[in-house]
Amino acid sequence: MSNAFDVIVIGGGHAGCEAASAAARAGASTALVTYQFSTVGVMSCNPAIGGLGKGHLVREIDALDGLMGRAADQGGIQFRLLNRRKGPAVRGPRTQVDRKLYQQAMQNFITQQHGLYIIEDEVVDLILENGRIAGAVLSKRGDLRAVSVILTTGTFLNGRIHMGNRSWHAGRIGEKNAQQLAKRLTCYGIRLGRLKTGTPPRLDGRTIDWEGLDLQKPDDEFVSFSLLTEKHEQTQIDCAITRTNPETHRIVRENLERSAMYSGAIKGIGPRYCPSLEDKIVKFGDRNGHQIFLEPEGLDNDIIYPNGISTSLPEDIQSVFIRTIEGLHRVKILQPGYAIEYDFVDPRQLERTLELRAIPGLYLAGQINGTTGYEEAGAQGLIAGLNAAHMAGHLCPLILQRTQSYIGVMIDDLVSRGVSEPYRMFTSRAEFRLSLRVDNADQRLTPIGLKLGIISHKRKAVFLQHCKKLEKIRNFVQSVSLTPNEVALHNLKIKISRDGVRRTAYDLLSYSEINVMKLSEIWPELKEYDLRTIELLEIETQYATYVKRQAQDIVVLDRDEQRIIPRNLKFDDIAGLSNELKSKLLQRMPRTIGEARRIDGMTPAALLAIITHMQRLSRAI
Amino acid sequence: MDTIFALSSGALPSGVAVVRLSGPHVKKLLTQFVGSIPEPRYMNFCVLRSVKGEMIDQALVVYFPAPKSFTGEDCAEFHLHGSKAVVARFLEELGMFPECRLAEPGEFVRRAFTEGKLDLTAAEGLADLIRAETESQRRLSLMGTSGALATLYRSWRKRLIRARALVEANLDFSDEGDVVVTDKIWEDITLLQKEISQHILAGKRAGIMRDGLKIVIAGAPNSGKSSIVNRLAGRDIAIVTEAAGTTRDALEIRLILGDLPVLVTDTAGLRDTENHIERMGIDIAVRCIQEADLVLVIYDMQNPQIVDLPETSAKIWHIGNKRDLALGDTDTTRWILQISAKTGEGWDNFIEHINTFCQEHITIIGEMIPVRERQVALLKNSLIELNIAFNKKDLELCAEHLRHASDCLGRITGDIDIEDLLDVVFSEFCIGK
Repeated sequence: MSNAFDVIVIGGGHAGCEAASAAARAGASTALVTYQFSTVGVMSCNPAIGGLGKGHLVREIDALDGLMGRAADQGGIQFRLLNRRKGPAVRGPRTQVDRKLYQQAMQNFITQQHGLYIIEDEVVDLILENGRIAGAVLSKRGDLRAVSVILTTGTFLNGRIHMGNRSWHAGRIGEKNAQQLAKRLTCYGIRLGRLKTGTPPRLDGRTIDWEGLDLQKPDDEFVSFSLLTEKHEQTQIDCAITRTNPETHRIVRENLERSAMYSGAIKGIGPRYCPSLEDKIVKFGDRNGHQIFLEPEGLDNDIIYPNGISTSLPEDIQSVFIRTIEGLHRVKILQPGYAIEYDFVDPRQLERTLELRAIPGLYLAGQINGTTGYEEAGAQGLIAGLNAAHMAGHLCPLILQRTQSYIGVMIDDLVSRGVSEPYRMFTSRAEFRLSLRVDNADQRLTPIGLKLGIISHKRKAVFLQHCKKLEKIRNFVQSVSLTPNEVALHNLKIKISRDGVRRTAYDLLSYSEINVMKLSEIWPELKEYDLRTIELLEIETQYATYVKRQAQDIVVLDRDEQRIIPRNLKFDDIAGLSNELKSKLLQRMPRTIGEARRIDGMTPAALLAIITHMQRLSRAI
Repeated sequence: MDTIFALSSGALPSGVAVVRLSGPHVKKLLTQFVGSIPEPRYMNFCVLRSVKGEMIDQALVVYFPAPKSFTGEDCAEFHLHGSKAVVARFLEELGMFPECRLAEPGEFVRRAFTEGKLDLTAAEGLADLIRAETESQRRLSLMGTSGALATLYRSWRKRLIRARALVEANLDFSDEGDVVVTDKIWEDITLLQKEISQHILAGKRAGIMRDGLKIVIAGAPNSGKSSIVNRLAGRDIAIVTEAAGTTRDALEIRLILGDLPVLVTDTAGLRDTENHIERMGIDIAVRCIQEADLVLVIYDMQNPQIVDLPETSAKIWHIGNKRDLALGDTDTTRWILQISAKTGEGWDNFIEHINTFCQEHITIIGEMIPVRERQVALLKNSLIELNIAFNKKDLELCAEHLRHASDCLGRITGDIDIEDLLDVVFSEFCIGK
């Protein structure tokens, strides 16, 4: 193995794996540097993939032939479709996974990927030449050169674990952190911030009294993450549900000052949507209990992840309060819960390719950008990996817009607004939610992947076949129609005005009372299609009017995105901009009017001032 | 950034002329022209000297340091003698500084807006205030400038965001134990719908106050319509002759009646005609009648002729004219008023009636009303979206319409932000398994 690569990926977590795989698939010779190969693809926190908003990200990763969806399908032990009874636009696939099986799947993808090399070593420094990245210095191997480098440090960047009044440097429990790198980044003038997250204690399942606890069952109907998965491979299991109670709350409350969170030891900001048990009790003390999901971590072990009680209380208190909970009266803690603080880079310093503006060629992905969650990390890894490879190959950057994907929404939010707490995906963040659905992720993104040449032959064949079927049924339902009288005659039970205008079958499907099955009584041709194709068509027609309306909004937004602010424009020269806005503009250097619009505190008048100035500038030339 | 200046008072010559400056060089300019920087926010009597040291004028000068000024920048006002020569000379002197230039129209307001001193409704209100002709217009526009309207719209948006947060929580956190949707949000949305539609109605009355009550004078040819207009205006504007069909166009005069601007339109006599030009005049008359608030249909009492009125939502008064020429007893039930525009008979009573009508149509002062067309249009859109949302069964579609509704409200004041929504979700619910 040589010491020169196109791309070096530092870190083998969810961001690192997707980044390395994407870079290699894009044709770059790629090195994945990790402390220990055995930790590649590890799930540091909860043993689950997907969920609301997050499921969208996984489907989008999969649509670009990323790894996460396939690994989750292979290791999934409790598949559920969240919001199944709500509209298709807000449904989110989720599964419990067997930690070991998931990791194995991930490691297989990595080792089998052509052009991807694994190096077990520690990165102690970055190599910069002429102001741009040129490689990394490894502690054993020495200099490793590359055109682009991707940093995916997760919670390792200056990580510090807190448990009660004890705290120590670590990246994860039992693993050393990356302190040198944090110092180097600061040297280069990169703004760092501090965030916090936490994890609950792990329990011995053999010491839990399962009898009498409510169960959460997997769905009967299997919904995969990947287009390529047809059925699940693993046995499906149940999770159990229990609750905290007033006694639990009393113990936590009495020992609050011993919690690292409340003793003042922790300065980093934690996520509001994933509060520690201490937070729940302090902020929502009026509730008589909080739900806990007891999630098995695997099929062949007894480790249980109690979802809902992440804590930084000392070990002794953890074992006391947990035993007040129904089913856990004699439980044994295998590994105590803890909080971890880590450095992140203010993502407003990034381009939308995830390249750090201050150090060309250096890309960041995952928690280092202020996000939380495997799915958010993986999605960023994919984008950073592709762009790092493109940089090495002198190709155009790939930027996904917020109008076309959740990945675009996330990256746009990060680079234009920054973060004030660990960023997590929600469907409500996507203003084009009704257009950006789980069911059409492939249709939205796989064509882009095909153009980039990062889609496997197998996926290409499956995708094109699905497209062909969908197109065929779509053409058919658009070609046949009924008059209002005929609608009444067929007893379709929908209210339409008797205006004599013919409705196509496509139009009729937009009524919630109508589905393909009903229409197949009128047009038997519809019976020949498979369930998947029919479902895709039904979802498409259900949202057709909304998607049309959103398409108009998208045109306006895209126009803003295409209005490129010339690099020679000096925000200082613009009359009528407040100093505060000027300094924000100088800091972010928005590339387009769209980006400028999303800077917090931007006013319509200020935007107008920028556009007017741009016009003046272009007239001057 | 440039420092801008402009003559901020009215046409010259006048008693006093006010020149206003705003920008980073105000202090330097003050030192230059009056020798020192006057005490902030006090009126100082100063001698104004040119760059060469000649005296330009004696002036009262006020200095407003940033950020406590109208634009949020350093500002100064020079109260000069209102002579054309003095003002011209001073503006010329100011223009000689390279960092200093004449303000573009509306630039002071725009700077105030970008510095966050005014929001959109306040900026619009200010534009109205400057244009205000009557006392009620002034009070109306103050509602905008004082920010009362913005406060109202923000409070609506806040309520809507709360409702949306509950809906969104049910979409994004339905797997959480703590999240429950309550029918209470619909109660508040119904209430909100009612408040907004009442507000829009009140706005319609505000339109009358701002643009004037539209009174249209109609009737058969030669019934004396133009004589009435002339008497109202107190001058000869419409040509009044004995020949029928003299007024071919619509003639407008603006009056102030009972503290309300009134737009009186004289129209061509309504009759069937072959004359192409007269026909065009009648078409205009028909359009005026359709848009009017009050239509005065004038009849020649000697020879009343039935006219064919177009459909209109306006109030219609049938008025007998040429009372002085009418013979003996007349049919009093036929006309609500009998006047003679020529002699003035019954005129005071006629004006009294119009006055009362005006009073009934102005808004109760102090009532909150949208000031601008833009505001009304956005409010209406918001209401439409709320109505659709209310009738949607699917939560994600309901959320989509609620989002449009709150964006409309946000656009009135210029603030739209997703984080507001998430803040509500996280403060209301214990999210996080």
